[in-house]
Amino acid sequence: MPSNTTPLAETEPDAAPGRAEYVHAALTRTSTGKEDLRELESGLDSLQSDAERKHRIDWSRVLLPVAALVVLVLVWQFYVSLGVKRRDLVPGPLDVAGQMGVLWTEGKLQEAMWTSLQRGLVGFLISVAIATPVGLLLAQVAPLRRAFGPLISGLQVLPSVAWVPAAIIWFGLTDATVYFVVFMGAIPSIINGLISGVDQIPPQFRRVGTVLGANRLQMALQVVLPAALPGYLGGLKQGWAFSWRSLMAAEIIAVGGTIGFGLGSLLDQGRALSDMTVVMSAILLILGVGILIELLVFAPIEKRLLRRRGLLAGSTR
Amino acid sequence: MPVVLENLGKRFGDGAPVLDDVNANIGKGEFVALLGASGCGKSTLLNIIAGLEAPSSGALEVPSDGAAFMFQDAALFPWLTARENIELALKLRGVGKADRRTKAQELLELVHLGTAGDKRPHELSGGMRQRVSLARSLAQDRQLLLMDEPFAALDAITRDLLHDELERIWKETGRTIVFVTHNVREAVRLGQRVLLLSSRPGRVVQEWDVTEEHRTDAGLAGQLTGVITARLREEIRRHAK
Repeated sequence: MPSNTTPLAETEPDAAPGRAEYVHAALTRTSTGKEDLRELESGLDSLQSDAERKHRIDWSRVLLPVAALVVLVLVWQFYVSLGVKRRDLVPGPLDVAGQMGVLWTEGKLQEAMWTSLQRGLVGFLISVAIATPVGLLLAQVAPLRRAFGPLISGLQVLPSVAWVPAAIIWFGLTDATVYFVVFMGAIPSIINGLISGVDQIPPQFRRVGTVLGANRLQMALQVVLPAALPGYLGGLKQGWAFSWRSLMAAEIIAVGGTIGFGLGSLLDQGRALSDMTVVMSAILLILGVGILIELLVFAPIEKRLLRRRGLLAGSTR
Repeated sequence: MPVVLENLGKRFGDGAPVLDDVNANIGKGEFVALLGASGCGKSTLLNIIAGLEAPSSGALEVPSDGAAFMFQDAALFPWLTARENIELALKLRGVGKADRRTKAQELLELVHLGTAGDKRPHELSGGMRQRVSLARSLAQDRQLLLMDEPFAALDAITRDLLHDELERIWKETGRTIVFVTHNVREAVRLGQRVLLLSSRPGRVVQEWDVTEEHRTDAGLAGQLTGVITARLREEIRRHAK
């Protein structure tokens, strides 16, 4: 701000009617009293705030993905009807739909879906419960982070399928094997998401926390965790993806024993019977569950989170 | 005396001292403007008074319960509404849940934001955010309020209004305020006393009293602004090569 050596005040005509004198803004009092100040401020506030906008349902959000799906199915049907490959090797959409109907009436589809979903969700929730405190601790305590950080990042790179043989030897063909593999997939990615979320917190937030008198625990729960929420949510999404993938891998490889019949088992059964319609059905169901969880659970939470923080403007969401 | 600084010095590592031999007394309920060009260690001095940093030499006396702090950016938490931001400050101070709500509403009314409590920071204008931030620092209920260029990023119209607002709130709450700025007009407009800090190292080189007449007589205030600006430039010129 430039300053004059000549004592000249910035002047501004007073808004009050019937007064010819000028108020000298910047150097002296500019308002004429408490009420005047309140009025001026509320005028300025309404000038400077955006008018509220109504949120309408954007149909292109619904119609575009549906259109894309229809196009893909049509292309698939078209390719099949060209007859380049044998129909039992590459079944068409109608064949697969028919097989799904058969599986449904047999009750196999519901059983497989329910078993897998239940395991996936339980495994994921337990992973969240374990990974969240561990992630916070690692993010907040520098020596711990230095010691275990690389290991956790490494675990994320290691495909969790690699744990299946070990798990089978340790736990046999039981649910414990499946859950162990899910944990090894989900926990590291949730921890990593949380840590990177914490790393992206503006340093000012912690300073404010300190100034407001937060102790370590309060800082972690009231400042760091909510500030890191967008990154944490990213980690949760990835964690869910990893648990779902790991679960399928485990179900495909470990069949029998007390392990129930899941989507992965269905897929493996289709392979054993060389029935491509069953294989395709299982693949589409696994994919469908993934998409549904993303659309119904994570997308709304993420959108709400970002909108509340004013981070949605200008994004293509 | 809520704040006494004696021969205060601060250097980071082996570097040149940031603050050197700073002496100042700030009385209870006083409004002191701390003025200086860049590199005068104003922010460092505030951090030391707030207890966020330790001085390298000298002694200081500050209120035992610490100080409230207001930053240049409002630094509101974006995941909380305006009211919740204030309530968090009350919560961290140990105020019970029932009292928090009424107290937060009182503070919002004080900064003329009684109806904007449920808005989120991104829905507020810069001036409104700064007022919420002021309310939050008042929620800390410390006698001493440190302000680090709180209006520097605001437009001129809003800043002029907030000057009036801050003066009114200071009078209503009787806080001791240390207000850091590098705007001479702002220092003269707000402070009862203006302390000029030299740059590299920071040291109090001169101080001026600002009287009630300066608040209403623009000519008088302009004159003082001129005098202080001249002295400030003299300090800056010393660093010419």
